[in-house]
Amino acid sequence: MSTAEIQYIETPRPDTGLTNGKIGIWLFLASEVMLFGALFSAYVLLRVGAETWPMGRDVLNIWLALVNTVVLITSSVTMVLAWAALMKNNYSEHKKFLALTFLCGLIFLGIKAVEYGQKFSHDLFPSTNNFLAIYFVLTGLHGLHVLGGMIVMLYFLLFGRKNWVERPKMYTNRIENTGLYWHFVDLVWIFLFPVLYLL
Amino acid sequence: MTPSEKSAHSKPLPFWKRYIFSTDHKVIGIQYGVTALIFLFIGFLLMMFMRWSIAFPGRPLPEWAAALLGPNSTSGIFGPEFYNQLGAMHGTIMIFLGVVPLAVGGFGNYVVPLQIGAPDMAFPKINMMSYWAFLTGGLLMLFSFFIEGGAAKSGWTAYPPLAVLDADSGQTIWLVGMVFLITSSLLGAINFIVTIIQLRAPGLTWMRLPFFVWSELVTAFILLLAFPPLEAAGVLQLMDRIADTNFFMPSGLVVSGEIREAAGGGSPLLWQHLFWFLGHPEVYVLILPALGIVAEIIANNSRKPLWGYRSMVYSSLFLGFMSFVVWSHHMYLTGMGSVMNAFFQTTTMIISIPSVIILSALILSLWGGSIRFTVPMLFAVAFLPMFGIGGLTGLPLGISTSDIHLHDTYYVIGHFHYVVAPGVIFGLFGGIYYWFPKATGRKMGTVLGHLHFWPTLICMNVIFMPMFIQGLAGVSRRLYDGGSAYAHAQPVLHWNAVISMAAWTMAIAQIPFILNFFGSIFFGKKVESNPWEATTLEWTAAPSPPPHGNFPEIPTVYCGPYEYSQPNSETDFHPQNQPVEA
Repeated sequence: MSTAEIQYIETPRPDTGLTNGKIGIWLFLASEVMLFGALFSAYVLLRVGAETWPMGRDVLNIWLALVNTVVLITSSVTMVLAWAALMKNNYSEHKKFLALTFLCGLIFLGIKAVEYGQKFSHDLFPSTNNFLAIYFVLTGLHGLHVLGGMIVMLYFLLFGRKNWVERPKMYTNRIENTGLYWHFVDLVWIFLFPVLYLL
Repeated sequence: MTPSEKSAHSKPLPFWKRYIFSTDHKVIGIQYGVTALIFLFIGFLLMMFMRWSIAFPGRPLPEWAAALLGPNSTSGIFGPEFYNQLGAMHGTIMIFLGVVPLAVGGFGNYVVPLQIGAPDMAFPKINMMSYWAFLTGGLLMLFSFFIEGGAAKSGWTAYPPLAVLDADSGQTIWLVGMVFLITSSLLGAINFIVTIIQLRAPGLTWMRLPFFVWSELVTAFILLLAFPPLEAAGVLQLMDRIADTNFFMPSGLVVSGEIREAAGGGSPLLWQHLFWFLGHPEVYVLILPALGIVAEIIANNSRKPLWGYRSMVYSSLFLGFMSFVVWSHHMYLTGMGSVMNAFFQTTTMIISIPSVIILSALILSLWGGSIRFTVPMLFAVAFLPMFGIGGLTGLPLGISTSDIHLHDTYYVIGHFHYVVAPGVIFGLFGGIYYWFPKATGRKMGTVLGHLHFWPTLICMNVIFMPMFIQGLAGVSRRLYDGGSAYAHAQPVLHWNAVISMAAWTMAIAQIPFILNFFGSIFFGKKVESNPWEATTLEWTAAPSPPPHGNFPEIPTVYCGPYEYSQPNSETDFHPQNQPVEA
């Protein structure tokens, strides 16, 4: 073994039972919890301090958001299937499910764009009131996270094969970590939907 | 080692790949360190201009100094607007671009993998990205001085509504710069934690880790969890500035005598909460690495194991945890109510306990040692009382009643500068003198080291001690004329010139350091791999300077980090990677 080689990329360290990437992604998600946690706290503080606060359902389109919720949950399932296919050594099936996940992300962003467009066409902007302001910031930041995940998936779809052929274990770990991130993004939406649209 | 791997590592890389786009933790550590030292110097320079305005308000600067400011001064005189830019950027640069990058990015990157017997950080490419994000953020901040309206001028705390109402772009660039810096430290923090958890050498159990590694681990956790709320706050303030939202802008705000036309409904206090949720843990981000460095130097130079190593470790963990529940002690005067004040006052008193435990353990470590007064040791020993003064003067600020009198006065400035300047920066200077032989294979000069240390120590105290006197007399901070417009400040105004003189003298005292630092790279005394006769892995298992991959072979660890002066041992130090005889 070369001394310059970094250990525990493919196989877990025996005493921690984890690979480097797995710990890394969980730590990253912990910081993401703090990021969205701060924004949710801001939402609570603003709402508690506000004289009037519109009900989300009066301003926003619940049905579009409901469709989006279904789309994102579906994408979480296909993401798991993409990872499971790798565990079964079936690369073409993996690619199919990864592409489906990517597609779901695309649909989600498309619907979100329609929603944003509807708001803008009714002269509803972030500057209109603080409900819309926090709505745009929370969903916008969430949208950026969806986009980020999609860029990673696109990278794997286009250039992942070489990595799979050379170091299958490493590639599988990468897909698993991408999945963890994707489920987190999904989970944030599961919180966003009721908080913004229903409450 | 397979042939392909061998060629990948021993192939000589072109200059730009080796020193500019390097993924080697040692090169990145040095990049961080040198960049941070330059930023520390820039931050110091800004402060020297501020001190002129404070000591001699209205008097023109000497011509050569005015030339440095360019169009920012008219015939050598600069106004309060530019003073505010200097103030905001002094704080920002010193904390986010100077001390933290040097302590975490510099020392952490260079020393941690060596001390735990790892070939590199766990994610070398992310490490490189972290440096480049840091540099981008830093350059953006500097760039903002040269745009129309100049740099941010609402203080390093960027309190709204002031920060949002400021129409110049400096504040916007400040916010974008902060997002880069936060991203950088986030990437760094993940890397440190994973490295320390995963890449410890065989036999290096948790309680055998050098205290410096522990301090960097706790620091990384604080960075990981405390910075994202500031990122969120930064995004919200950015929206307030560019999308006209009202997150931090209250209804019915009166600006220049007229009610501001906007939806309103926001809360300026929300920003303060989010800011100080980072801001206070950030204090421990500054202190912990310095405590770690000082612990290493003291154990090595007193030739004794650290006194109470375990209590120090547990204290630093407790410190890291508690740092998340004290933030509102910066906000006693915002009218949070006495219940909130009482809570944060209590947590603040509690958090002083682990700090005192660590400091006491360090002082007791000196007891009965055969102390070597090397240059790093001078800085480490001076750190103890300086940090002690800084900490003790914080107690009256942590109690909400006495804070009413002291809030936003020069007393506060004196307090946290004692913690950071003669405290943390002394620790960092000590670290530079201590690990310089490891990075270069040469020692820094002792005579120049003394010429650096003694004048700096004296100047630091002449600068910051009178600030307590001024603060107790009620002189407010952030006044460009140093308080000369206020009747109650008159009896203590004469200190302003004294403090400024000491600050400028301290600049001269840094010349021996700069000469020593760059001179010793080429002309310093050549030394063996373990010149300080130390026990930890970076000295005992790696050559100086360590090659790519650090160790000829991954070391195995057999004992704790500070096995000095053990009975029945031939030498007075027992390397961690040497088997212990039964």
